Amino acid sequence: MSTQMHPGVRVGNWSWVWRPWIVLVTAVLAALTFLVFCVSISVGDFIIDLPAVIRTIFGQGERVDEFVIMDLRMPRALVGLIVGAALGISGALTQSIARNPLASPDVLGITGGASATAVFLVTVTSGAVVTSTVGLPAAALTGGLLTGLLVYFLAWRRGIDGFRLILIGIAVNAVMQALTTWLLALADIRDVARAQAWLVGSLDSRSWTEVWTTLWVTLALIVIVLVTAFQLQPMHFGDDVAAGLGVRYSAVRAVLLLCAVLLAGVAVSAAGPVPFVALVAPQITMRLLRTPVPPLIASGLFGALLLIGSDLIARSVLPNDLPVGVVTAIIGGPFLVYLLVRANVKRAA
Amino acid sequence: MVVEQRGLEPGPNEASPHRRRRAGLVALVVLLAAAAVLSLVVGARSLTPAEVWQGLFGDPGTDQRLTEIALIVQTLRVPRTVLAIVAGLALGVAGALIQGHTRNPIADTGLLGVNSGASFAVVLAVSLLGLQDPILYMWFAFVGAAGAGVVVFGLSSLGRGAGNPLTLALAGQGVTVFLAAMTTAVALSDKQTLDVLRYWNAGSVQGVGWDVIVVTAIFAAVGLVLALLNLPTINLLNLGDDVARGLGVNIAAGRTIGVVAVTLLAGAATAACGPIAFLGLMVAHIARWLTGPDYRWLVPYAGLLGAGVLLVGDIAGRLVVRPAELQAGIVIAIIGAPFFAALVWLGKFRQA
Repeated sequence: MSTQMHPGVRVGNWSWVWRPWIVLVTAVLAALTFLVFCVSISVGDFIIDLPAVIRTIFGQGERVDEFVIMDLRMPRALVGLIVGAALGISGALTQSIARNPLASPDVLGITGGASATAVFLVTVTSGAVVTSTVGLPAAALTGGLLTGLLVYFLAWRRGIDGFRLILIGIAVNAVMQALTTWLLALADIRDVARAQAWLVGSLDSRSWTEVWTTLWVTLALIVIVLVTAFQLQPMHFGDDVAAGLGVRYSAVRAVLLLCAVLLAGVAVSAAGPVPFVALVAPQITMRLLRTPVPPLIASGLFGALLLIGSDLIARSVLPNDLPVGVVTAIIGGPFLVYLLVRANVKRAA
Repeated sequence: MVVEQRGLEPGPNEASPHRRRRAGLVALVVLLAAAAVLSLVVGARSLTPAEVWQGLFGDPGTDQRLTEIALIVQTLRVPRTVLAIVAGLALGVAGALIQGHTRNPIADTGLLGVNSGASFAVVLAVSLLGLQDPILYMWFAFVGAAGAGVVVFGLSSLGRGAGNPLTLALAGQGVTVFLAAMTTAVALSDKQTLDVLRYWNAGSVQGVGWDVIVVTAIFAAVGLVLALLNLPTINLLNLGDDVARGLGVNIAAGRTIGVVAVTLLAGAATAACGPIAFLGLMVAHIARWLTGPDYRWLVPYAGLLGAGVLLVGDIAGRLVVRPAELQAGIVIAIIGAPFFAALVWLGKFRQA
């Protein structure tokens, strides 16, 4: 592609390249996400037709619809939307920082830590006190963040590098998994079923309070990410080039990594560890937008689309109310194999 | 991977490295025997070695205490000790073998999805066919482990066997997450399956009957023979495929035998004990440090070390949370993960 095709735009101190394709695809993704969002609300125990859904969302609907839509179905769809976006952006950040298409925030220990904490609280009787006062999501979030910090500090050796970070993450995750397994083997079978359902990730029975906390935290983090992220691009050329271009890469990387951890933590605390969204969304968006690195905003949109789409499939197609995580795994597993085969073939050539 | 020259070329005092390695092998066997004795003695009820001896060979007669001891020793302690040795040996050899074939220092049967393949198969067997007896669903675990093993091994060697260690580790992680989600999906719809699964998943050498142990041992023995036959070939394959071909190695046959041996060994161990991660990786690195890169020595060392570490892990699991027990698989993960982290820190996984 030649530079003539993409004229530069300058406003004051800021300049960027005008790329119509990226803007177009992002807009289409946004429209598609809104559409699936509406369909997801319209489908349930009984179907509300789409125009009515859209009218109600914009405050013009009828009383009956309003109750069903705003009080019952909306929170679930919104949590799905926010969690998907958070996971998509978190994945894009992790993959950029680790410079590896297979890195996802699961590797950073958040999922493992949050899962171990949640299972501990669900299965051990003394955990009931904590659960009732702080709430399971908040406790799981704390566990996840502490584990994330542990991974970060263990991987710190004169700076952070992606390679060490991922391998240390895998090791810490393995310990958390072992603890989870042990807790499950000890516990009462009814608690185990409850814990297991949490462990796949589900959007069942969400309330407006959950929507608001998740929304504000996610928005704040996204703002920080977008403000910092313009320095991300040069980092793909390696630390030396980035430093030469004037990027304080340690600081930028630390901030973005922390944001990735927090975004994933919020997502996990709201919906449980939904697998593969953070891995798949950035990679597919990157291919759609034909960019060399995972784009942030579009990844978030695609993550949201993927999650509410999967939730829709889980509710309408699959039998006996399987959690959404099963669907994202069915989509993500084959995609992972495709990525691996592609990566290996490329190396062999 | 760094190929060290030490040990491959005969030095001025040619006999001494071999003698040293042979002595090391004998020392390992002695340590393993000591661990086995300890394993018979230690438990929820501690016995003296004399009591164990009586329990094994003595005639209890009408003495109730002696009958009890004989019961404990013969039906609990001896089977779990034997199984820990067999499974540890199998996993250690499999770990060293898979590292040799993939030329990848992160390769480990547990870390790469073999375990989750086995859990998934067990869940399917229990929920779809209603199997309850370990000897029956063991076969499914075997098939699942073998399937996942072949997939991961295949993926890792697609790029001419020079897969990036990081990508391989992430691939294993991804396969594990995928299979775990599928396993949960099945287990959630059926409480009985969930109950079988959660014990199986912990990875324990306890409470496994002789019928299972015998089958495991037969598979492991076949795998071991294949592995030992494969050793000279691995040494040559590590010189690079072109050099190996030039030296007259049938590469396809060599790799196939390797895959079959790894599958038999890891599959048998996983089917009998449940998932045990990090063991193969850990002992393969210790063995390489002890012997150098010659696989004819490295693999037997790794096997003996594997048996020893699993046995000690099992003993430790009996002691730390007395009178309850920590399953061996969990102990090994808790020891193995920091070991792995230390290797990362020391830069052992950097690809050359």
